[in-house]
Amino acid sequence: MDDEKQTADAETVEKGFKPSSPNSKLDFNGFWEYDDAPQSTDSVDIEEQYNLFIDGEFVSPTKGRYFESINPATEQSLTSFAEATKQDVDNAVEAARKAFEGSWSTISAKERGKYIFRLARLIKERAREFAILESMDGGKPIRESRDVDVPLAAAHFFYYAGWADKLEYAFPARKAEPLGVAGQIIPWNFPLLMLAWKIAPALATGNTVVLKPAESTSLTALKFAELCRDAGLPDGVVNIVTGAGQTGSQIVNHDDIDKIAFTGSTKVGKIIKKSLAGTDTKYTLELGGKGPNIIFEDAPIDQAVEGIINAIFFNQGHVCCAGSRLFVQEGIADEVIQKLRDRMETLIVGDPLDKNTDIGAINSEQQYNKINEYLEVGVNEGADMYQNSCELPEKGYYCRPTLFTNVSQSNKIVQEEIFGPVLTIQTFRTVEEGIEKANNTPYGLAGGVWTDKGSKIFNVSSNIRNGIVWANTYNKFDPTSPFGGYKESGEGREGGLHGLYPYVKLK
Amino acid sequence: MDTLDLGQVKAVDQVGVEERVARLNSRSIKKESKIQALTLALSMVDLTTLAGMDTPGKVTQLCQKAKEPHAELPELPSVAAVCVYPNMVKVAQKALRGTDINIASVSTSFPSGMNTLEAKIEETQKVVRDGADEVDMVISRGEFLKGNYEYVYDEIVAIKEACGEAHLKVILETGELQTYENVRKASKLAMQAGADFIKTSTGKMSPAATQPVTLVMLEAIRDYYYNTDRMVGMKPAGGIRKAKQAIQYLILVKETLGSQWLTPDYFRFGASSLVNDLLMQIVKQKTGVYQSPDYFSND
Repeated sequence: MDDEKQTADAETVEKGFKPSSPNSKLDFNGFWEYDDAPQSTDSVDIEEQYNLFIDGEFVSPTKGRYFESINPATEQSLTSFAEATKQDVDNAVEAARKAFEGSWSTISAKERGKYIFRLARLIKERAREFAILESMDGGKPIRESRDVDVPLAAAHFFYYAGWADKLEYAFPARKAEPLGVAGQIIPWNFPLLMLAWKIAPALATGNTVVLKPAESTSLTALKFAELCRDAGLPDGVVNIVTGAGQTGSQIVNHDDIDKIAFTGSTKVGKIIKKSLAGTDTKYTLELGGKGPNIIFEDAPIDQAVEGIINAIFFNQGHVCCAGSRLFVQEGIADEVIQKLRDRMETLIVGDPLDKNTDIGAINSEQQYNKINEYLEVGVNEGADMYQNSCELPEKGYYCRPTLFTNVSQSNKIVQEEIFGPVLTIQTFRTVEEGIEKANNTPYGLAGGVWTDKGSKIFNVSSNIRNGIVWANTYNKFDPTSPFGGYKESGEGREGGLHGLYPYVKLK
Repeated sequence: MDTLDLGQVKAVDQVGVEERVARLNSRSIKKESKIQALTLALSMVDLTTLAGMDTPGKVTQLCQKAKEPHAELPELPSVAAVCVYPNMVKVAQKALRGTDINIASVSTSFPSGMNTLEAKIEETQKVVRDGADEVDMVISRGEFLKGNYEYVYDEIVAIKEACGEAHLKVILETGELQTYENVRKASKLAMQAGADFIKTSTGKMSPAATQPVTLVMLEAIRDYYYNTDRMVGMKPAGGIRKAKQAIQYLILVKETLGSQWLTPDYFRFGASSLVNDLLMQIVKQKTGVYQSPDYFSND
């Protein structure tokens, strides 16, 4: 036997392992790379120019002006949208009023529900097309528009369709009546989803709508207008007017609108609040945020690192509830930062239509410049900046995921909302210190807590002044769950049962 | 080996682990990267036969397949190792002479591990004498679940010593460990005791390897590497039959530990039926059509 073994050894080419323990960090580049996996755009059809959708028709803007929409991933022109002026907004409000009085508020609630269910189903049926358009128009990765934006938008319509004929259960012993015409202004970060958050509860409660999408991302709203026609929705129930801030202010200041729903920046929110003060127009404001994400020593660290990534790099950080301020308990700070950096190296930044892309393009040139200014501010404030080493496409507005360490509460990059893939990291020692730092901000939209202890979750989450606190997860949305802010992050709630309330008067 | 220190085994959030796996499974692999992944996976297989009815003939044929998985594609790599019961090591040794394919043997009273330490040591020394390059040992799950970590640790240390030059793969039998925290704890313990590889399962019980369990073990390997600079290998075993699954495992490795682990030296599949599906997919990538399974040898 031993003879055999020896012979074998003699004949054997060098076998076995070459134990190498290179003294380097993990290497995520090289060797095996993913090939490009672009989503085909054959199934979508983008017209050269889009008109306004008023009273069930696509109509040219009265002044005949159009503005260009740019694909942020290529810097190429995508299409152009009509600029609605005062006359167009008046027409849209008039159509909405007519539809409110003529049909929508008088048909049975069950019938209203059917229309909304139909819209939900149509979104599902054309989900792929909506996802592609959303990514082309806004720069977000197809993985997110396909798996998050579009399914959630449909889910909101399904959810609120269910409430349409059950309002007496939503408000027991009260009679819920619609307000009338709702003016709705939505932002560019989740164009279709924000449309769903606004339109679904408004329709379910019997209101009609004039909605203005953001000027850089109006495409899916106009595609949604097509769905309204396909669903046979009565004319004028949903009106879509495109345009910039001027158009928005025509809506806000219109005297025949009963409710304003706005999602956007705190700055604009304050202007809206001022102009509505003293009027009887109801309003809800969903504004900015600078969410704290708190990681305790006993947290499931590898999952927390993943949660940090989801909290700040989801949708290129264009998320008002992003966890943009990270607080790590000091004992685990080095470990968390090391793991975070290694994890960032695996993020794929690039073409939004590639199925493997994790981080797409910054929504617009303007936003791209704004983020870069903040990066400069951060460096000038003395913070240490770390960015991942990936290559960026030559064309398009791309920003590397970025961490800032060595920052303090007084820094501008810790105080102000950046709305990009930029994270600031601070440490804390005690639970009280963590809570105090988390609350030390003018904002209060959302936050996260990571710990293995249930009691700590309840303690911290009930002491952080935020509309939402996620525990051991982040950026999870569901139509049944209310969403909204404290302090400068807004007033009112959207989603869930709470989301019906701003659209009714109770008798 | 280190001293045993389980003081800082980290919490594992089950929902988070499973979400991470689901997200990685949505990676799209095509064209060149797919061929590369399939070929890589093939080179990482431990071609295994562990049945009571194994015969020298069967083992010899398996070794032939290990050398040349598919005669029509001679350019394909051989598999990493052939894994057999202790009494078949000599047969495999003879059949694989002159190749760089390793011989692995399940030692330590596989699959239950229900035997005395002396018997396990003796069995291990014997398979190494007979020509095994790698020893796959099972841990004493009963002692582990009882909390008798010292016992499990000492046992691995003793077997590692008995292995001499041979490499030691420690099978945790994760299907019996109940929680991800236990998987993490057992992984850390095995690495501290000197394991060269940690391995999910014997393949004799269900569930065998799963992707979430593998991810937890890869994360444990990563922590151990951060702390000690020593690279430990990973071997999911049992239940991996499809090329698609194999690629998903490679993605877990690529995005958790990086490219240094994407080699048969640090990653193995304990899966025999996987080989034919890999071959079928490779042929499909090269010719554009699927061939009948009859074109691929069963062993």
